[in-house]
Amino acid sequence: MFTSSAPALLTDSSPVSQAASTLLGVVVVVVGFVALLGVVFLVAGRVTGRLQKPVAVVICLGPALFLLLLGLIIPAVVTFNNSLKNQQFLGQLLTKYVGLKNYAFAFTDPYTLGSLFRTLLWLVIVPTLTVAVGLSAALLLNRMKHTAVPKTLIFLPTAISFVGASVIWSYVYNYVTPTQPQTGLLSAIVMKLGWSNPPNWLISSPVNTFLLMVIMIWIQAGFAMVVLGAALKAIPDEIIESARLEGADGWRLFRSIEIPMIRNTVVVVLTTVMITTLKVFDIVFTITNGNYDTDVLARQMYADMFVTSQVSRGSALAVIIFIVVLPLMFYNIRQLRRERSER
Amino acid sequence: MKKLTILAAAAGVLAVTATAACSSSSPTPQAGGGGTTPTLTGDCAQFQPYAGHSGSTVTMFGSILSPESDSLNTSWADFQKCTGIKIQYTGSNTFESDLPVKVNGGNAPNLAIIPQPGLLQQMVQTGTVKKPPAQTVKNEDNWSKVWKTYGSADGTFYAAPMSANMKSLVWYSPKYFASKGYKVPTTYADLMSLSAKMAKDMSGTAKPWCGGIGSGTATGWPATDWLEETVLGTYGGQVYDDWISHKVKFADPQIQAAMKTVQGWMLNPAWVNGGVGNVQTIATTTFQNAGLPILKNQCGMLQQASFYEAQWPKGTKVGPDGDVFAFYLPAVNPSIKTPVEGGGEFVTAFADDPATQAVQNYLSSPEWAQSRIEVAPGWVSANEKVDQSLYKDPIDKISAKYLADPSATFRFDASDSMPAAVGSGTFWKGMVDWFGSGKSATAVAQEIDSSWPN
Repeated sequence: MFTSSAPALLTDSSPVSQAASTLLGVVVVVVGFVALLGVVFLVAGRVTGRLQKPVAVVICLGPALFLLLLGLIIPAVVTFNNSLKNQQFLGQLLTKYVGLKNYAFAFTDPYTLGSLFRTLLWLVIVPTLTVAVGLSAALLLNRMKHTAVPKTLIFLPTAISFVGASVIWSYVYNYVTPTQPQTGLLSAIVMKLGWSNPPNWLISSPVNTFLLMVIMIWIQAGFAMVVLGAALKAIPDEIIESARLEGADGWRLFRSIEIPMIRNTVVVVLTTVMITTLKVFDIVFTITNGNYDTDVLARQMYADMFVTSQVSRGSALAVIIFIVVLPLMFYNIRQLRRERSER
Repeated sequence: MKKLTILAAAAGVLAVTATAACSSSSPTPQAGGGGTTPTLTGDCAQFQPYAGHSGSTVTMFGSILSPESDSLNTSWADFQKCTGIKIQYTGSNTFESDLPVKVNGGNAPNLAIIPQPGLLQQMVQTGTVKKPPAQTVKNEDNWSKVWKTYGSADGTFYAAPMSANMKSLVWYSPKYFASKGYKVPTTYADLMSLSAKMAKDMSGTAKPWCGGIGSGTATGWPATDWLEETVLGTYGGQVYDDWISHKVKFADPQIQAAMKTVQGWMLNPAWVNGGVGNVQTIATTTFQNAGLPILKNQCGMLQQASFYEAQWPKGTKVGPDGDVFAFYLPAVNPSIKTPVEGGGEFVTAFADDPATQAVQNYLSSPEWAQSRIEVAPGWVSANEKVDQSLYKDPIDKISAKYLADPSATFRFDASDSMPAAVGSGTFWKGMVDWFGSGKSATAVAQEIDSSWPN
């Protein structure tokens, strides 16, 4: 009976009009922010005399400190506080402090210990192999003439999101009963090579964890290659030439000259990949959702916090991850600083 | 942030004004001037009880996505036009994790359509859920008593049921059954002997049953249904309810016996996984693809809910003489009276302003349910007052018949009622381990029991 007006009603809630109003909102906020900054700077510019320096310090540091407080410090404190309680779901009333019980659970529960162990495996294997692959590629490409195409091909996965890469690789690992036409690339290849009955890759532990690691290495190797390649190029030609005059070549040149010269860069790449690896979530979440003995700390934390209503346990895991990342972070920053001061 | 809100409100008002302008040809209410309730006339007269809040926007959040959400929007289009209340629906495929975050962040929707009684209980415990208006409570006769319990927390009624789906169904191909001379089984014993007969008749990868429990972050849920239906059909409602409250543990001999029954059915290497492969492949097949081998005569039957109808490829004829149809899954124990497992949604309010309550009242009325049924098939109301003859789709008809049967033993999906740590956690995981990794029933039960929150 109202058919004529129904379409008009539907367009009100259409994605286009919603997007338009969201866009308008963003524009208003940005313009408002810029105007606010203008006013602040105008006022600050007029301050002279004794107050000039303190005002400048506040204006320059204030926003950064405020955002740091809002985005890092407050959440960290809240998370740590939550990890000491028996909170199950967000917004739960009447929660109690239970001391370090959640940490005790994390280090005694066999399932969580499994996640912890696998996270450590990821942490050791992925950065090492990423640097190895990236460095080999960089060395080889350093001595080639036409490097644009191979470099692009190795670097391209870096541009793909973890989830996108996971979806691509889950097709590669897809399992079909051997009697039927194979759709998974990996099964098809090994069957062509003579393995008549390959396993169901993604549900066979422990091989599945290593197959997931391959995805991470595939994504990160391009980054390692580019950074290490640049460091190799930065070695002064005189040093390489004089080494060659002394008779060093090939492996010797690489081991005694090139590696020591780019050592700091290798360490930075290693720690950067390590930090990314420690937070590995997307790959495991997308492909196995932590099933079949592939779970890692970050995914388990997410599930505890948002899926299975165990906020305090998840918070404890978050704190554990945070504490493990910290030393890596400090080391990384120190290394970067040292490298800068050497130049 | 404040600016944004004002802007959004302004946009909302603009939209409503625009709507009113567009529909000026038919009788529309005057925007409520000075607090007096306008009188709705003509086609709008039926919406009189909800009048007087023109210009307000009610936000609604749920797990229903397009195209089903489009059907919802169409179903209340007349209500919006006549009352001037705008319902702004947003759907999310991660609704269960989004809602607590939104509510905890002070960003709760006015109404949420919650598909799990467990989540409803949890939200009530945060102290943010508002009690329903008197009219919604008065509509209580529209639902069976058990439905009302699932919309309650600690004995207080909070959320009116909305749609219902029927889980105790078995999908099959009527054409294939006819060509082989198979009869639709009406008892569990018949179902088992039919499966055995099929297994003998079939060859190659064809098997009597197929299944798939892959479902992204919810992987495992279809297998929980198999166990739940077996528990309900073997022991009835009381044991089922005690199982949900953990008075009966997974390690209990009764649940263990039910797991044995499932082992002889969906974990039986001679009976699964039709058209796909061995038992393990049930774990890696997505639930969406699970039934497709039925169309190729590679699989005899699939136990899956009424909403599986949406998964058949375009052009598949659904009906008693079509490509696929479904029959009622008979009780394991014939002395249990028509066990029916189902699911559904509950309209939960996080606001108690008059416009929100008007929408709440409208959604709990049989008039709205009928309006929704008329929009598109694949939707059954939990409302018993709905005219059964309105259902045109054969699956909707069979679902409505069992859901409205007053003598049936209806129970809500157990995993949706258990605490989230189990119902969305270790129960799913346990099923994945059972089917995918070959873990024993006792080991699975022990793991689930030990994860039960205190």
